[in-house]
Amino acid sequence: MALRKRIIPCLDVDEGRVVKGVKYVDHVDAGDPVEVAMRYDAQEADEITFLDITASHEERGILLDVVARTAESIFMPLTVGGGVRSLQDIRDLLNAGADKVSIMTAAIKDPDLVCNAAAKIGSANLVVAIDAKQVSGPDEVPRWEVFTHGGRKTTGIDAVEWAVGVSEAGAGEILLTSMDRDGTKSGYDLEMLRAVADRISVPVIASGGGGNSADLATALDDGPEGGHCQAALAASIFHFKETTVGEVKRDLLAAGILVREPISSADTN
Amino acid sequence: MRPRIALVDYGAGNLRSVAKALERSEMEPVVTSDPSVVRDADGVLLPGVGAFRNAVEALEKAGLADAIRNVTDHGRPYLGICFGLQLLFDEGEEHGITTGLGRLAGRVTRFPEKDVDGSPLLIPHIGWNEVRFEGDHPMLASLPASEVYYFVHSYRPEPTDDDIIVGRTDYGGSFAAAVARDNIFAVQFHPEKSQAAGRRLLDAYRRWLEASR
Repeated sequence: MALRKRIIPCLDVDEGRVVKGVKYVDHVDAGDPVEVAMRYDAQEADEITFLDITASHEERGILLDVVARTAESIFMPLTVGGGVRSLQDIRDLLNAGADKVSIMTAAIKDPDLVCNAAAKIGSANLVVAIDAKQVSGPDEVPRWEVFTHGGRKTTGIDAVEWAVGVSEAGAGEILLTSMDRDGTKSGYDLEMLRAVADRISVPVIASGGGGNSADLATALDDGPEGGHCQAALAASIFHFKETTVGEVKRDLLAAGILVREPISSADTN
Repeated sequence: MRPRIALVDYGAGNLRSVAKALERSEMEPVVTSDPSVVRDADGVLLPGVGAFRNAVEALEKAGLADAIRNVTDHGRPYLGICFGLQLLFDEGEEHGITTGLGRLAGRVTRFPEKDVDGSPLLIPHIGWNEVRFEGDHPMLASLPASEVYYFVHSYRPEPTDDDIIVGRTDYGGSFAAAVARDNIFAVQFHPEKSQAAGRRLLDAYRRWLEASR
């Protein structure tokens, strides 16, 4: 039996509170990331990701405290991204208890950061996040560019070439988000996922557009129509109690995707 | 009395999650960089953070390398996690060849670029994978025949002697995910990140400690 594909719930965290997915966790205190993370741990999600969207860098201490409290409360891998600007920010998050740190805009501003960070902390703990949008027209060869600022600013950088570059520089994993699909629940951008996953030799995490188990199954599928990814970020699929980690895992196993067997408590919301 | 575990701190990262996992399995972690505390504890755990070269240098500098050599030669039950496994070998090739502690014969090498079927192998090996236990060691008495744990690494041990392999995982061919000899038990995966499966392994460690008191 080979390496399992991963399901990764993602929480948006603003000034220490969960801002996406608050409503569906109605028995959890208004969105404490620690409690939400503990629930996903109990369901045996494969990893968890915090995306910090706090506007002010001065509030960084709040995030570090949340990461520290979460890391002491769960027994699963925790990735933290959002607003990571420097090697020191990466170190602070790892020291607070994050297992992996995800960088995005900082890598575009300073491409040497990927290389330096990989040399200092090792590639295995370093994720580079890429937000990309399709820029080619309907009759052109498909092409995607790297965007920043929540998809509002283009960088003019080709997303596939960027992924190749940062993975060669030392990124241990690529978190690839389709800004065209993000929040739409219309399915992942499979063509983009494949285009990146087939060019690089580090794992790719699919993000943006996943609306149900079938979408996750396709993103993780290695067949000609699949996304060829090793993991799928599920930002909104578990919201509003639409589904559980257990249910998704059973659907994926039925679709022939190798994931960890769900445990009996995986359906407890 | 809960067994006291010296959790070796060589300044390379956060040890809280390992400490919490030990507490969950009814052990008492003592985070320490004091060689005498390492020597006198009921058990010694060296967790996994950092690159091979940096970590070996940090251990030598802190005077902890000798303490680990002593413990692994004839001390209390030693549990190595990730780097805590790797440094026991003769040498590692991460960032150039670095001499390890030489407690186990063999090298720590990077995964091959190609899988056994010739397809590209993704490196790092990140995620949940199966470990098939084999051989003979007190830890194995209370573990299932196979279990799925969380891995995150680019280098893996290549023991000279297959007899020390007690757990195998398939990635780029079969590799040694767990090795053991006498009072050493060391794993490439992360029990502290492996939810219920990780807890079962740390429970087994506690039982081993209790049996060898």
